[in-house]
Amino acid sequence: MAIVERHARARNRAAAPPDRAPSVVEFAGVSKTYESGDRGLELATFTIDRGEFVFLVGQTGSGKSTIMRLLIKEHEPTSGTISVAGKDLAKIEGKGVAHYRRNLGVVFQDFKLLPNRTVYDNVAYALQVTGHKRKEIRAKVPDILRLTGLSLKLHSYPDQLSGGEQQRVAVARAFVNHPPLLLADEPTGNLDPETSIGIMQLLYRINRTGTTVIVATHDNAMVDRMRRRVIEVHQGRIVRDEHGGGYSTEDENTSEFGLLMRGEPSPQPRRLSSPGDFFDDAFRG
Amino acid sequence: MAFFIKEALRSVQRNSVPSFAAMASILVTVLVLGIFIPITQATTGAANEVRDKVLVNVYLKTDAKNADRDRVSALLRRDTKYVGKVEFVSRQAAYREQKKDYPEYYSELLGSNPLPDTFRVTPDSPDNALKLRDALAPLTASGQRATVDPAIDTVKNRKDDTSNILFITRVVKYAMALLAALLVLASVLLISNTIRLSLFARRREVEVMKLVGATDWFIRWPFVIEGVLLGALGGVLAVLALTVGKVAFVDPLVSDFALLRAPETMQFGVLALLLLGASVGVSAMGSGLSLRRFLKV
Repeated sequence: MAIVERHARARNRAAAPPDRAPSVVEFAGVSKTYESGDRGLELATFTIDRGEFVFLVGQTGSGKSTIMRLLIKEHEPTSGTISVAGKDLAKIEGKGVAHYRRNLGVVFQDFKLLPNRTVYDNVAYALQVTGHKRKEIRAKVPDILRLTGLSLKLHSYPDQLSGGEQQRVAVARAFVNHPPLLLADEPTGNLDPETSIGIMQLLYRINRTGTTVIVATHDNAMVDRMRRRVIEVHQGRIVRDEHGGGYSTEDENTSEFGLLMRGEPSPQPRRLSSPGDFFDDAFRG
Repeated sequence: MAFFIKEALRSVQRNSVPSFAAMASILVTVLVLGIFIPITQATTGAANEVRDKVLVNVYLKTDAKNADRDRVSALLRRDTKYVGKVEFVSRQAAYREQKKDYPEYYSELLGSNPLPDTFRVTPDSPDNALKLRDALAPLTASGQRATVDPAIDTVKNRKDDTSNILFITRVVKYAMALLAALLVLASVLLISNTIRLSLFARRREVEVMKLVGATDWFIRWPFVIEGVLLGALGGVLAVLALTVGKVAFVDPLVSDFALLRAPETMQFGVLALLLLGASVGVSAMGSGLSLRRFLKV
């Protein structure tokens, strides 16, 4: 790279203040009412900037999955606008939807792998869809599988893999195109805690490469340990948006939980004294 | 394109049971159609042949002169409607014919020739046989038939059950057409149902493909090619079976049964091509169209 160019870039970077980094996802007053009349989301407004790692937490039925489905354009919002990378999703139609989805990595709780393809072919499919040459595919797929620790399982079929391995394949497939945005809907929902850490680690590593990662989860241990930005959804409303937050503001102890179980009102919520960055500890070993 | 073909082959290989079911249903229906179409045609042909034998005989009086004969002939050939073909059988020729068929009666019992000169009139269309008779021998007020020329003795249909023949052959033709239509409908339903079942088993796969960002046609092409492959395979097998059946059973019998000779039946090659085209087309379109429902993700 010529020195002049590098200089110009550095100047540009200096000119754009860090708090004005372009947002990747922008929800503006988004509501979603399902045909059955169920409220999925009510006036949700939030922005997610480039390179962020965001946890979306809440009970089942709170609207986490609705946000995910709106983002992959499986559903349309009833009102409000959703922009991804500055583009209004409502204006993407027909073939554009497929092209839009190519710029998303998506990971699901139930993996959603193609059952009659090998690990290699599952990952390759995401590239074939975008019309990559066979040569590129042959170069890229083993790379990404090495990154996810699956180089020995290239020719296995999904039903020959453990849950954790299947989810790794799904993550590899989601990331092989190097999308700017990666969505994970309950990625560890079907996995044991040990395996979950591996998957989260993988997502974190992907986030480190500059990809924005949104994880919907109710794995509170994971959220508490990682201490990233947390958006909490409750009955379709955004009730909390906190950087470096825990899964829940209430850190109840055993007696408080007991009271809750007996149906008595729980005492005043108490903030966790020192959040600390448990996350780096978790992955150091 | 090579990618799509490879995908189609892979899916046939990995879903061998539903693929086989689809192929078998195509094979069976093509086989049934392949047998039924010639039968329909032969039956219709036979019915038409029977109808073509519907004649109107115009018997002259036994004492008719040559001049009478010529006059009636001219009348039939020029002035009467519905006339197709006129054949003159002289009383001598009729006598010889009859004598050949029933030698004992004619040589022993009859000294003289009792037969009249006859015009065998074929109507322009079998359905007009009765109208032709009415034209030549209109009903009079008394309920009897008068002839249009004094030399004509009687006008008769060869058999008086002409109307029966016409009715029955028409029923046969319509019944065959209806059966053929039903059979085609049943085949299309059967094939499309089988295809839909095998697609239904793979709807999740289609869903995943869409989520990864595949366009509709990117997903559809392998399915269509798969349909073409299975349709072609089923069709070829069915045509092979038909060929074997034709060579082994039908051909040796052709000389003995007029029905099998059926001149109106289409050429076997044409039939085979038609069946192949239909099986490939139906299965390709079936899989392409049935997929549409699962593409809405």
